Amino acid sequence: MNNYSNRRFTIGGIFAFVILIFLIRLFNLQIVNDEYKLSAESNSQRRVTQYAARGLIYDRNGDLLVYNQAAYDLMIIPRQVKTFDTLDFCNLIGINKEDVIHRIKKAKKHSRYRSSIFIKQLSSECYAVLQEKLYKFPGFFVQTRTLRKYPHHNAAHTLGYLGEVNDRHIEKDKYYTQGDYIGKSGLESTYEEVLRGVKGLKVYWVDVYNRIKGSFHNGDLDKNAIEGQDITTTLDIKLQEYAEELMQNKKGSIVAIDPKTGEILVKLSSPSYDPEMFVGRAMSKNYRELANNDSLRPLFDRSMIATYPPGSIFKLINALIGLQEGIITPNTRIKCHDGYHAGRFTMGCHHHKSPLDLKESIQHSCNAYYAQTFREILDAPRFGSTSNGYTNWKKHVNSFGFGTKLGTDLPSELTGFIPQATYHAKRNKTKNWKSLNIVSMAIGQGELSITPLQMANMVSCIANRGYYYTPHIVKSIGSDGKIDSKFLIKNQTTIEPKYFEPVIEGMDLVVHGGEGSTGRSSAIKDIRVCGKTGTVQNPGIDHSVYVAFAPKDDPKIALVVYVENGVWGSRYAAPISGLIIEKYLKGEISENKKYLEKRMLEADLINTKEDKQDE
Amino acid sequence: MNRRVSLIKNLDWITILLYAILVFLGWINIYAAVYNEDHQSILDATQRYGKQLIWIGAAIFIAIIILTIESKFYSAFAYPTLIVMILLLLAVLVFGVKVNGARSWFQLGSIRFQPAEFAKFATNLAIARYLSQYNFKIHKIKSLFITGLILFTPAVLILMQNDTGSALVYSVFILVLYREGLSGFVLLLALLAAIFFVFTLIYSSFTVAILIVIIAAISLKMIGIQIKQIAIAFALLAGSFGTLWLINKGTGLQLGNFSLLVISILLNGIPFLVYIYRNKIKNAALVLLLVIGSLLYTFSVSYIFEQVLEPHQQQRINELLGIQSDPYGAGYNVNQSKIAIGSGGFNGKGFLNGTQTKFNFVPEQSTDFIFCTVGEEWGFLGSALVLILHLSLILRLIFLSERQRSSFSRIYGYGVAAILFFHIAVNVGMTIGLAPVIGIPLPFFSYGGSSLWSFTILLFIFLRLDANRLELLR
Repeated sequence: MNNYSNRRFTIGGIFAFVILIFLIRLFNLQIVNDEYKLSAESNSQRRVTQYAARGLIYDRNGDLLVYNQAAYDLMIIPRQVKTFDTLDFCNLIGINKEDVIHRIKKAKKHSRYRSSIFIKQLSSECYAVLQEKLYKFPGFFVQTRTLRKYPHHNAAHTLGYLGEVNDRHIEKDKYYTQGDYIGKSGLESTYEEVLRGVKGLKVYWVDVYNRIKGSFHNGDLDKNAIEGQDITTTLDIKLQEYAEELMQNKKGSIVAIDPKTGEILVKLSSPSYDPEMFVGRAMSKNYRELANNDSLRPLFDRSMIATYPPGSIFKLINALIGLQEGIITPNTRIKCHDGYHAGRFTMGCHHHKSPLDLKESIQHSCNAYYAQTFREILDAPRFGSTSNGYTNWKKHVNSFGFGTKLGTDLPSELTGFIPQATYHAKRNKTKNWKSLNIVSMAIGQGELSITPLQMANMVSCIANRGYYYTPHIVKSIGSDGKIDSKFLIKNQTTIEPKYFEPVIEGMDLVVHGGEGSTGRSSAIKDIRVCGKTGTVQNPGIDHSVYVAFAPKDDPKIALVVYVENGVWGSRYAAPISGLIIEKYLKGEISENKKYLEKRMLEADLINTKEDKQDE
Repeated sequence: MNRRVSLIKNLDWITILLYAILVFLGWINIYAAVYNEDHQSILDATQRYGKQLIWIGAAIFIAIIILTIESKFYSAFAYPTLIVMILLLLAVLVFGVKVNGARSWFQLGSIRFQPAEFAKFATNLAIARYLSQYNFKIHKIKSLFITGLILFTPAVLILMQNDTGSALVYSVFILVLYREGLSGFVLLLALLAAIFFVFTLIYSSFTVAILIVIIAAISLKMIGIQIKQIAIAFALLAGSFGTLWLINKGTGLQLGNFSLLVISILLNGIPFLVYIYRNKIKNAALVLLLVIGSLLYTFSVSYIFEQVLEPHQQQRINELLGIQSDPYGAGYNVNQSKIAIGSGGFNGKGFLNGTQTKFNFVPEQSTDFIFCTVGEEWGFLGSALVLILHLSLILRLIFLSERQRSSFSRIYGYGVAAILFFHIAVNVGMTIGLAPVIGIPLPFFSYGGSSLWSFTILLFIFLRLDANRLELLR
């Protein structure tokens, strides 16, 4: 012992003091502070989304329309990225160094801890090579996704396309997270929840090199993905393909319906695009190009979101209402002296014999017949006023599905426009407006606007003699095949079945009435086609429209063909209708109509200026 | 027979028990740190835990040999042992192999051996021998010189091997010297030096200079100088600093504030000295000298930091002091280590359930960062237990040292306690972000034969000495 033995307390005190500081620090790190526990989790867990295989889409005959193809997204977790051989990396995936730096920066902005997509949709060749070398690039991994594949390249508008979810989708439905795909239009959109299935999750332990070390908590947090359900559509893809060919280089739309069920057989808007264009990395570029095509608007689905004045085909409706309201009978004859004359007002008509009965008025599409009938419907004394008469007329019109959404299973359907009586009052600045003020509606012009889908539905009603099933595109869903029950309900029009026969007779004459019949070019050997042409006045060249159904006594197909700037109903719309009906009912085009088919296929209303309306 | 019984009776079994617990805990934590599914047996000798068991066996063997040697041997052969160690340290510089940038290993077949580890007990023996000389006075120039020689020779040689951590261990002998009579003032100076070092790096030389001036003022007051006089001195100092500052601005000399302050202190220093000389206040002169010394030190801190320390050492210190933050670069180890320990929570994730250590997020986890495994798998409870076990061992050693009759044994015992303390403080401090990253092992825990044997030898020599505590060794 020496004099300094008390210093043991100082020295022991220093030791104890330092250990005490350590204990306080440990208390703070391990108990007070949560930050380190969270970091540890993000360090060592990797949550991998298990994407559900999206349901497949078939046509009515079981022909595959849409299937899936594997694609590989290269993912990045920025905080795990270490310095790596950039040159090697760039060569592997074929991008340059600046791009790499830019993408890493972008990913960091999204989150340092969570994975985000570094490069979308690598090719399988690229993936094969990359997979071998991935261990060299910590912080990167590959997530398998599926892309849509279209063996037929048709029906783009109907099928729709997938796109990445945006912030609005995510906000609306918590199911989606950044980078998910969602149906953005067409079937993919309306049947999104059926097709997408339910995505799953797998949580793995990963080590510092980002190698998977096993399942987290024995897979307690894992959820298996539930595959999407397959959908069988009502489309006949062969017919669709043929219709699209016929409509090439023309603007317009075709909708064909099986009137017995309301199933849509063909639905097209021309010009269209190849659905493959909206798949993969080229999508945004292609989208921009198509969206900027102002004159042709290929993204615009004319069959449902374009509304047109129906033109002469609307005379069929006025004939039916006239019969129902007792204004005319099948034998009512009305004179036409090259048009309809009322005081100083004249509505022209082309030259035909006079007077005409109902059938003939349809055959010759007489304007005078319908101007007079329409006015009488509105001005019938029992209604008290034109306005009331109009409201009654409108009730009949609405019962055919005009002026409202039909309620089909495709998105972005338009209502079209059948004005209220008050609209006319406002327009004419008096409640006592006259039927003459709106007489152009008699022949399907004026304030009317109708989508091609509604026109097709109208033909369906006529073919069925008084009712329709809501047009729809899906025939069966998944294994049990159930579809929305509203598509099985018969929608009755306000017209009694017996009044349809004379109108149908008239439509028969349009095709088979010999000289002066506007729909002759739609005639098919051995099949009774009923049709009606229309020529819709247009600021430029008139539109050509034709509605038809066949066979007359057992209708299997009802359709509308609307060719913008097609001049006359008989010039393009009627022959195209005839070809489609023949193709559908007979499977092929008979020899004597091959020339017509060739002419339709070759007709180009977009790239060459057609001769003016001089026929 | 009789001798052996008395040896066993006189051995301090509490220390041996603490030692055994720590070694055992160390071993199972190494198992947890390098555990992998393919080699589940803790006895698998191809894995580190299997090897560690072999090292432990060898350590027990070494301990028994040490205990069977006469305690007189250790004091008698203290100097030759150190000389042999110094020769080995020299030899390793020439023949050694480089591991992790330090040329500090001999390679004999598959076995590696690190002489620096064994230089510790040799130096401790030599210091104990030298300080325990009859009539030894620590403050004589010669004593300080030889003490310094004994400590600095191995330290410098180890530094030359590029093993900074092991060299720094020798600084802890200041505590042993303090116990043996070194003025407390030196300890205070060392503390101040450390504080000034940190402040200079975090803030600036100027801040530290102001601090020094304030400390000087307080010291002057404490040695009995009147406040009025201190105030006058400060007014003069402030006046000259202000004038210099204006001149500096006016002429655009662009001198720093620190330089201006130093110049004004030097300018005022001459009249101060004259005043002090006239009034014969010796202590005030000392204060003035200290002020100037501190200023010079502060001035040299930035120089030492930038010129002497290597870039990675600078980065580690900067990380520690929060001057820079680069959790994915220089700060990666410490950040991951803190995450591992922090994620352990109160009672840990359980044995073998640590994810951060198991999946190699923490580097060097079976050696320098073994404490992470403890922290993650055993939580606050486990890490506190390990620290308290270590503290108990150290305090036990102090207690044992104080009961020695011979000062050789006492000094040696303090040396063991101090060396253990330094390792624990720096190693654990590093893993929880309170000390810079310096690669030295955690006693009895870190994987490796050399360090385990070195600590065993250190400890058991003392236990052998303690068993003969009633004898007087020379």
